[in-house]
Amino acid sequence: MKHPELAEKFIKDKERTTWHDETLWWVRQKRDMAAFQLPEWELLRETASRIKNNVLSNLHEYLLAFEAKAIENGVLVHWAADAQEHNEIVLSLLKAANANALIKSKSMLTEECHLNEFLATNGIDVVDTDLGERIVQLRNEAPSHIVLPAIHLKKEDVGETFHQHLGTEKGNKDPQYLTEAARQHLREKFVTRKVAITGVNFAIAETGEFVVCTNEGNADMGAHLADVHIACMGFEKIIPQRKHLGVFLRLLARSATGQPITTYSSHFKKPRPGQQMHLVIVDNGRSRQLGRPEFRNSLKCIRCGACINTCPVYRRSGGHSYHNAVSGPIGAILAPNLDMAKNADLPFASTLCGSCSNVCPVKIDIHDQLYKWRQVLVKEGHAPLSKTVSMRAMTFTLSHPGVFNFAGKVGRKVMQAAPFMVNNGLNLWYKQREMPAPPEESFREWYSKNRNGESN
Amino acid sequence: MNVGLFIPCYVDQFYPQVAIATLELLEKQGCNVHFPPNQTCCGQPMANSGFEHLTGGCNELFAKNFAGFDYIVCPSGSCTLHIKEHLGVPEIASRCYELTEFLTDILHIKSLPSYFPYKVGLHQSCHGQRGLKLSQMSELNAPHFSKAEQLLSQVEGLELVTLQRRDECCGFGGTFCVSEEALSVRMGQDRVMDHVHSGTQVLTAGDMSCLMHLEGIIRREKLPIRVMHLAEILNGVAVELDAAKK
Repeated sequence: MKHPELAEKFIKDKERTTWHDETLWWVRQKRDMAAFQLPEWELLRETASRIKNNVLSNLHEYLLAFEAKAIENGVLVHWAADAQEHNEIVLSLLKAANANALIKSKSMLTEECHLNEFLATNGIDVVDTDLGERIVQLRNEAPSHIVLPAIHLKKEDVGETFHQHLGTEKGNKDPQYLTEAARQHLREKFVTRKVAITGVNFAIAETGEFVVCTNEGNADMGAHLADVHIACMGFEKIIPQRKHLGVFLRLLARSATGQPITTYSSHFKKPRPGQQMHLVIVDNGRSRQLGRPEFRNSLKCIRCGACINTCPVYRRSGGHSYHNAVSGPIGAILAPNLDMAKNADLPFASTLCGSCSNVCPVKIDIHDQLYKWRQVLVKEGHAPLSKTVSMRAMTFTLSHPGVFNFAGKVGRKVMQAAPFMVNNGLNLWYKQREMPAPPEESFREWYSKNRNGESN
Repeated sequence: MNVGLFIPCYVDQFYPQVAIATLELLEKQGCNVHFPPNQTCCGQPMANSGFEHLTGGCNELFAKNFAGFDYIVCPSGSCTLHIKEHLGVPEIASRCYELTEFLTDILHIKSLPSYFPYKVGLHQSCHGQRGLKLSQMSELNAPHFSKAEQLLSQVEGLELVTLQRRDECCGFGGTFCVSEEALSVRMGQDRVMDHVHSGTQVLTAGDMSCLMHLEGIIRREKLPIRVMHLAEILNGVAVELDAAKK
């Protein structure tokens, strides 16, 4: 199913849609409150944008510098051209460690690569340790939001899921009770699993260290207890120097949830004695995106989710309507790069209202890119035939004033004389909206009668 | 000054009263207004659907029709934005103005002789607001301003209502309104309910496209809200609200 059908399905539950919209709107309001406390907010966004522009223009050098420093620090660095290679590398590291189970903190890259499914088919048991991720994992669902993976679920839903999988009391939806159950369940995994995967929020070229931001401390708990730490990163996570980190840490959590900073901003530089630390640096289409001048700055994204929270479409259609690891406006400009045919509907799942671009902490021109993706997708042949035919007809009419004038007259007369011609089930406008009442005469007819007969 | 009146195609066909109000409003300010009779459409419906490459004919027609005016004025932020950003003719783009910004920034209107004793809910059309920057956007940490409010505050008796969400999209979105019908309607319903809860008697905006969508919902759900374009209110159109409620 494509976005319009998936959205329609979501909206059918009116109350849940209201709840979903209001919940995410509250996150947007929290973002506003946090952001507006900083008089230098807009300057911070501009600074972050410029740092990232510099990164994208010098990525090759920064990546090599980062790799050299990381190796010097004792980190084992791997390069993956695509999702498949990334997954194979992780599997080979697990085999080398003789492990058939691991824990993983939040990483949108591993979602993008479908690592969990790949490892499962190879007999590896994966436990996600971020609470929201664990909830959707138990339900066999994908995250519906990059920062708030289970935001589509109410506490009743979580209570039922935990009752089924973790043996909590049926009907108990008390958040504290449920969180405690998750804590006990995960604690056992932290203590017993020998391999931990984490994502990477920022990779500092100057020092070879990487920074992982979480609110639950689950990345730290996993990495510090495991014999093998595997960190997976898309290659755009680079920032040049440690001094730039403050700009991004100040923006990230304020944009994401309205917090001044994430609870844990953990720096990983070198393995502790006896531990192995691996970094898998992934391309998976990023080079291709970098080579498209009109879309390359989508690679500035720091995955805060602010564009998702503010998006009036996302708030009413839910994350799963985007059928892509990254949902919302940012997902809609990243997904066509991964698979144009499969994701051709996503850039059209927007009114181009522009709110996304305004909240973006690194100033990605998201709504302009949505417009540009539409042009590319149509030219590449991903528009439905019916749309192409109607667009050609419209173009013809609007390019010929006489035809336009005639068609308008006929249309209005038809609507007056036979309203059922337009007010019927075939007209999607009319399904839940009235048509405008057709006036006796158009403005151009009025004008020619009332202003010196200047017009035709 | 010579002003070329640029009337969006659907306004010409369905809302002549909005075009008439725009014309009269400009004439009262002493502008010499001319409506080029061969104009059709700015080409935005095709371009926003991904068919920008088919808009060449429309663009040429537009440039031909509107050559030689001091200013081109249009009662739509969305169509104005399209001309400014996508027509590709700088001498047209630089002279093209949305109606309210023309009134505030070029004519510097300080008083309007209109009387409108109603509670008015102002819908911020996204392309006018976030595209043409006709008012401050709620996402930015920047001082408040609004060209439409600046004009409405000059209308005697008019009371602006305070909305819960002052600049959320109505869900019209061009072809989005049919390609994502369910979503578009839901967004519109939410916007309308904000106005209902805020006590709006007359819902207005600078774009008739948003209003056509919102009015379609209001009429279907038989809600007691009258819909009018900003030009009509600023031009002092008299209304009987009881009649509107029927």
